[in-house]
Amino acid sequence: MTGAARETFYAQIAANKRQSVLLALIVAALLGLLAFAIGYGVTGSSAASVPIFAGVVILSLLLAVGTLYAGDGLVLAASQAHEVGEGDAPQLINVVRELAIAAGVPMPRVYVIDDSAPNAFATGRDPRHASVAITTGLLDKLDREELQGVIGHELSHVRNYDIRFTLLVGVLVGSVALLADMFLRFTFWGGGRSSRSREGGGGGAQALIFVLALVLAILAPIAARLVQLAVSRQREYLADASSVEVTRNPRGLEGALLKIAGDKEVLEVANRATQHLYIVNPIKKFEERASGLFSTHPPIIDRVNRLRALTGEAPLDPADPALAALD
Amino acid sequence: MSTALIIVLVVIALVVVAIVGIYNGLVQRRLRVDEAFAQIEVQLKRRHDLIPNLVNAVKGYMGFEQSVLENVTRARANAVAAGAQGPAQVAAAENALTASLRSLFAVVENYPDLKANQNVLALQEQLTTTENQVGFSRQNYNANVLDYNTALQVFPNVLIAGPFGFTKRDFFDAEPEASQVPQVDLTLPPRA
Repeated sequence: MTGAARETFYAQIAANKRQSVLLALIVAALLGLLAFAIGYGVTGSSAASVPIFAGVVILSLLLAVGTLYAGDGLVLAASQAHEVGEGDAPQLINVVRELAIAAGVPMPRVYVIDDSAPNAFATGRDPRHASVAITTGLLDKLDREELQGVIGHELSHVRNYDIRFTLLVGVLVGSVALLADMFLRFTFWGGGRSSRSREGGGGGAQALIFVLALVLAILAPIAARLVQLAVSRQREYLADASSVEVTRNPRGLEGALLKIAGDKEVLEVANRATQHLYIVNPIKKFEERASGLFSTHPPIIDRVNRLRALTGEAPLDPADPALAALD
Repeated sequence: MSTALIIVLVVIALVVVAIVGIYNGLVQRRLRVDEAFAQIEVQLKRRHDLIPNLVNAVKGYMGFEQSVLENVTRARANAVAAGAQGPAQVAAAENALTASLRSLFAVVENYPDLKANQNVLALQEQLTTTENQVGFSRQNYNANVLDYNTALQVFPNVLIAGPFGFTKRDFFDAEPEASQVPQVDLTLPPRA
């Protein structure tokens, strides 16, 4: 990167929202393509794709609705978080209250996780039913300004309805995987009769589409998963930019990200199932976690550089050996 | 009915729905601006209520600093009274109160017993968060005003806003006094 161009957080927020919607549409299109290929390849009629598409989405939605309503309770219990009130952690409650005012959202429930590894997450289906959880390590190691940056990031996830959005993308991705799985089982282990059906349509084209359906059924779930990870990264950038909109102080969040990423302690309660929720990926051992396209979080250096772009500061150099320990 | 008539009716229905939608959106935004303005008042009052506790907590220790404590008490009384006068007077009084509080905390630094006192520390945190809350509620107000004013001026809303009597709101500006550095008098009388 050459000279630092100054941009506004409004521009960053708008770009992030556009890109996440585009990515979600890509997954929906992938699902539609798969449904069409299977429908046409099996029955020779394109009308078959509609009930297939609808059926599998409804099934996934039913599973997802359960997650939407019961999910945050499960996640908080799994992370061994306990709720805190006014008297237990006055500074934390004060910071959350200040930023809830700045963000224009109701005060969420505040939880603390007893672990010296600094980290935080937010959960909740909408701003009225939201919770934020912070580790004791983060409370000890960050100063008030950095804590504001982290809480701003978490409240932004709530305000941007990220839990719902990622759940929606999850429904689509799950539908792709479900449909592909059912089709492959049906073709190779189930009733061979229907796959030879010649109702309507030309035999040649139908057979070709059938082969396409097989190829898609193998590739689409992987592609959809990659897009889902891209969405996760996009929403992290969005939460960073929205945090600045709320605190008007990029340096607080920048300091916090560098401190959290630089800390090598392992968060005991985190694992692959919950890693995507945290502000910085809690899985610290390089071998254990994915990077690049398979990562749930963007690289810390990129996140810091986007924050620096907001104040026109020079970006960090990814090749700098001193920064190799991060991320 | 002829097709042309049906089409015209459908178009009219769509236009009416759009106008209703835009009107409701403008009303909602204007109400949010009103709420955000009221929130600022709430935060200012909270700050007024905290001051007497602070003065009581430090009074016993700071026998010599009567003038500083008196300044704070007097500035608070002025701020409460200014509430009835008008926005400019409120702003000036609140800034004077902020300046007097900063002087007080600068002086507290010289009394180690007081500085470490848990009550004083807790009150200091209370005042920090109150100052932040006042600032953030003003920021939130400005954000709502921006949203509302933008909604008024973009096309096609601008066609509806005028006829229905929506007017733009003013931002909350930092007062000229806010950019002045408050004077802190650290000279101490001889200790007994």
